[in-house]
Amino acid sequence: MLGEGILKGLAETAKNFFGSYFFAERLTTVEYPEERIAPIEAARVFPFLVYDVENRDGGGPEWEAGLRCVACQICEKECPPKCIYIEKSKDKKLDYLGKAQYYPAKFDIDISVCMSCQICVEVCPFEAIKMDTAFELSTTDRFGDLLLDREQLAKPNEHYHKIHPTEAAAVDAHRAEEKMKADAKAKSAAEAAAAKGETGKMEVKPAGAGA
Amino acid sequence: MFENLFDHLDQIFVLLKQVLVGVLPAAWQPVASVVLCVVVIIGLFPALFALAVLLERKGLGRIQNRLGPNRVGPFGILQPIADGVKSLTKEDIVPISADWIVHFLAPVVLVVAVFMGFAVLPMGRNMVLVDMDAGLLFYFAIGASTELAIFMAGWSSRNKYSLLGAMRAVAQMISYEVPLLMSSVTVVMMTGSLSLTKIVAAQNHYTYGLPHWFIFTPWGFAGFFMYAIATTAETNRSPFDLPEGESELVAGYHTEYSGFKFALFFLGEYLAMFSISGMGATLFLGGWTAPLSILTWVPSWIWFFSKLMLSIFVFIWLRGTLPRLRQDQLMNFAWKFILPLCLLNLVVAGIWRFMGDGWLRWVVCSAILILAYLVMGRWGMRRQHIAPRSYRYAE
Repeated sequence: MLGEGILKGLAETAKNFFGSYFFAERLTTVEYPEERIAPIEAARVFPFLVYDVENRDGGGPEWEAGLRCVACQICEKECPPKCIYIEKSKDKKLDYLGKAQYYPAKFDIDISVCMSCQICVEVCPFEAIKMDTAFELSTTDRFGDLLLDREQLAKPNEHYHKIHPTEAAAVDAHRAEEKMKADAKAKSAAEAAAAKGETGKMEVKPAGAGA
Repeated sequence: MFENLFDHLDQIFVLLKQVLVGVLPAAWQPVASVVLCVVVIIGLFPALFALAVLLERKGLGRIQNRLGPNRVGPFGILQPIADGVKSLTKEDIVPISADWIVHFLAPVVLVVAVFMGFAVLPMGRNMVLVDMDAGLLFYFAIGASTELAIFMAGWSSRNKYSLLGAMRAVAQMISYEVPLLMSSVTVVMMTGSLSLTKIVAAQNHYTYGLPHWFIFTPWGFAGFFMYAIATTAETNRSPFDLPEGESELVAGYHTEYSGFKFALFFLGEYLAMFSISGMGATLFLGGWTAPLSILTWVPSWIWFFSKLMLSIFVFIWLRGTLPRLRQDQLMNFAWKFILPLCLLNLVVAGIWRFMGDGWLRWVVCSAILILAYLVMGRWGMRRQHIAPRSYRYAE
């Protein structure tokens, strides 16, 4: 019959209208500045640089010493809107594997240009750059304050664990494995070197004696 | 003693006016009386408009399981004030190619025309500004001139969306003016008068404590039903909000209006809703009369404004429920469904009048109307198959 659907619709909206006063679960609104919900794990806004708290090498503040970034500049090259600017250091520092690496003397991200594509994160072989979930980034200076430098971008690994726990745990496991492998390799290399050193010495001696 | 008190409460505004006007010399009194009433109407209905906008925004929010505005003041009750201040402080932009005189006049003409409708509405016992003998005729004549204002706005803006919106508005309002009048004519047939006070008086009887409102008769119910549909279209309210058509036409005829001129259009739309709801209440819901004879002690103006706000609530409810019609559906509905039913309703009203008292006329009139509704609903409103248009000469 004509009008049946309209009556059904009116009943539905009336149910919503009165229901919203009696059943709190109907109102899904989160009144934002006062109330907030924890950001979901897969959320991403702008990238940040991860640093490890345990010092690896060199002095300076903790964040500078512990930066995972080795200034390989892959992210800078891959960044589609070209919002990353990196200057490689002149000297090298030892990383967590005990390998001498460059470090970024300068690492700037212009977040007014960044499009949050996460490509820098995908291409980084050192797990050094990750996506942050902080979104309240408005400032009064659209040029200076939106160009984030090394210090502003550096955040501890604990922060990474807090915002993306699953992903961070996987990264840590991977790094621990790498470290173990590197240690084992170093050890075996040292052993081999030691063994070789002994034989070498033995070899050298006769040569020296011969000379 | 209480009877006397309630009588005074019922007539409180009339007495107040007499006291205020009585201060002046006798020669000025008639003019002062009218001016006072006009001032009250001009103050009261915009206040009601602020309330209705707030209720609409809160109500629509709840219908959609949202909270609605709740930031300005406790529970957001000061939101209308914030909106008013905002519209007053916004820049008033007139397009460079617009006809600025007509562009300026359009909202003024609209609001003035709508306000004039309130002149003949009886808002309580003895509470009518001008008790005209042809009040109904005056009301619809004035109401029809709002179309002019809307077309002025659309035409003078020199904007395709405005013009499309105005064309739609004129087509729609003229189409629905016909059923609006046709459904009101039944009331005139029954009461034999165009005077709104007489129409209310004709409904002010009670049998077994129940009122003789026209909505409680078969022809009155059908008439009210069609009147309500026609008013929704006439005030450009959803689901008949094609002239505004936010998703297609930006804002229709008021696309090029900003600041306070836009606020005037907004005000005009709501005032039209109030006045046409008040007219509907007067014609079919007994105007200011109480719904039960035991409630007649409640002041009459409370009943009138309760009925008004109830109608507003239904408008909001419909807006929260129904999607917008298409232009052809709108026109088909007006000319193929509402208008034939209205014409039939005139005949039914005649049958009702001449069959005399008794249960038989209830059966006959109801049967005709229900049958017509079912038949028209099935065959008149069946789905139209629209094929691509073929051109005989252009191809």
